[in-house]
Amino acid sequence: MAEIHLKKLAHSYSANPKFTSEYAIREMDHVWEQGGAYALLGPSGCGKSTLLNIISGLLSPSEGEVLFDGERVNDLTPSQRNIAQVFQFPVIYDSMTVFDNLAFPLRNMKVPESKVKKKVFEIAEILELQDVLHNKAKNLSADEKQKVSMGRGLVRDDVSAILFDEPLTVIDPHLKWKLRRKLKQIHEQFNITMVYVTHDQLEAATFADKIALMYDGNIVQFGTPRELFEKPNHTFVGYFIGSPGMNFIEVARCAGGVEFAGITFPVDAGIQDILDQVPTDNLKLGIRPEFVHVCAESIEGSFECDIKHIEDLGTYKIITLDLKGRTLKARIDEDQQIPEHKVYVSFPKQWLKLYVDEYLIEGDSE
Amino acid sequence: MKKVVNNKAWFLVLPVVVLVAFSAIIPLMTVVNYSVQDIFDVNNAYFVGAEWYRDILQNPRLQDSLVRQFIFSFFVLLIEIPLGIAVALMMPTKGARASLCLILLAIPLLIPLNVVGTIWQVFGRTDIGLFGWTLTHLGMDYNYASNPIDAWFTVLLMDVWHWTSLVALLCYSGLRAIPDVYYQAASIDRASGWAIFRYIQLPKLQSVLVIGVLLRFMDSFMIYTEPFVLTGGGPGNSTTFLSQTLTQMAIGQFDVGPAAAFSLIYFLIVLLVSWLFFTTISHMDKAK
Repeated sequence: MAEIHLKKLAHSYSANPKFTSEYAIREMDHVWEQGGAYALLGPSGCGKSTLLNIISGLLSPSEGEVLFDGERVNDLTPSQRNIAQVFQFPVIYDSMTVFDNLAFPLRNMKVPESKVKKKVFEIAEILELQDVLHNKAKNLSADEKQKVSMGRGLVRDDVSAILFDEPLTVIDPHLKWKLRRKLKQIHEQFNITMVYVTHDQLEAATFADKIALMYDGNIVQFGTPRELFEKPNHTFVGYFIGSPGMNFIEVARCAGGVEFAGITFPVDAGIQDILDQVPTDNLKLGIRPEFVHVCAESIEGSFECDIKHIEDLGTYKIITLDLKGRTLKARIDEDQQIPEHKVYVSFPKQWLKLYVDEYLIEGDSE
Repeated sequence: MKKVVNNKAWFLVLPVVVLVAFSAIIPLMTVVNYSVQDIFDVNNAYFVGAEWYRDILQNPRLQDSLVRQFIFSFFVLLIEIPLGIAVALMMPTKGARASLCLILLAIPLLIPLNVVGTIWQVFGRTDIGLFGWTLTHLGMDYNYASNPIDAWFTVLLMDVWHWTSLVALLCYSGLRAIPDVYYQAASIDRASGWAIFRYIQLPKLQSVLVIGVLLRFMDSFMIYTEPFVLTGGGPGNSTTFLSQTLTQMAIGQFDVGPAAAFSLIYFLIVLLVSWLFFTTISHMDKAK
């Protein structure tokens, strides 16, 4: 059991990195609290597996420190750190039975056989592996194999954290939710720090209390699934979380706010102050498709749009709109009736976010 | 789906039938043909049934060389398989040194069989051969031409030198095919070096080892050229293996009938042992 602190951590695979682009992990400070269930979410190649391997000790960071409960563990091996890790592809010891697989870490630690037996039965029961306990592990199905890999992490009493590296990749979809629920259950039961790497936002949101979203070697946002959805603090978070992702419209400064194509959006005084201080012209307005208000008739503060496309997904519809040359997506209820060619949209002020140089700007009022 | 009857399609398998006929069936059948006849000359051949087979199976020369042959193959496997695994485990995994090792290992495999025999023939001589000379000067009474134990030792050593590379190369490729994540998992599970070998490397090497054992068994069981060049089967008959006995019978004495029966029995032994080995391994795999 441990709190994991990444202090000024950075990692590059090249020996003498000169540019930030050479870093797989850019300098970061981050704390994973003891007992939390975390997801490390991001697209392929963003550095999330690298970060996980640094935490587990399979990889030594080129800069900075990894602290477990305040103690530097940079030079310790995974076994010295007491980390358990579950990999993308189930790793099982082919020639052994399920029982021997689960007992393997304990036997390597020279735990007395009576205790090994007790512990293995306990874990097998939690993972529902009792029926196959004496079968050869190599003949199991993929999801059972993955449960065996997880079990090997759980049998040890002393693990400081369990790390999961996209563990459900090879599992059939209908078994995924079952395993995910199992993981959640195990987390509640054992109170172990768990870090779960995935590129699937749904998996991350259902497993984790808090999600760290990674992009290009940085953790761009760390928060609850709801925070990531409602208040993405980087345009990438808005784009990556949600289906479809957030709408972004490039805007320009104008008196009292920002505008595009003749439409002005007033901003709060606090935001205006910040806007006045930064020289950049990279300004974007963002709004989630779920929060775009669509109606058939013109109301106050609404804008006329052409409908380019409607996708009916069964439980809801996604409509693609053209607002004065800018493309917008909106998500509406399945039974909401809309005209064929033209609709009117409005943007509720609390959901309209302003991004300067790709980062969210918030006024004092919020 | 409606099945279309088209007998012309049979012609499509004809090339394979012809190929197999020429490569295997026809040569084998001529041997079968000889093995059931007593042939005096072109016009005088008599059908003798299973007589040659009975004869051959009771032939003490054949029985002796069969026993020798099994002992030889047993030692070959006993030495070359563990040694090959050990060499593969010790080889560097990447870089120029790995390539160098691979080349060095491959060299013995590229040398023609009778050249190997000649090399060791000279190498083992006590007067001009480095190996024989060294042993003699170390005070050992070594002479492969007169002492059966020395002859056996030299023949085995020659085979180990010649063929361990094959096992090592097979194992090396098998080891490289093990994904890193297995070693990572093992390190997390605190497995010792021995446990990694026993529970990861060895099980993952199983399929290449099956091939290695089969190849080495078949090859060593059919060995002819190298001991023939090295010792000529001697001293006495101590290193005369099955194929040499067979050649003497077929070409030396021109006993075509018994030699043909002998060939078929020889072939069946190789087939039977290989089949037994292979099915046993596959059954062990399937067992829960």
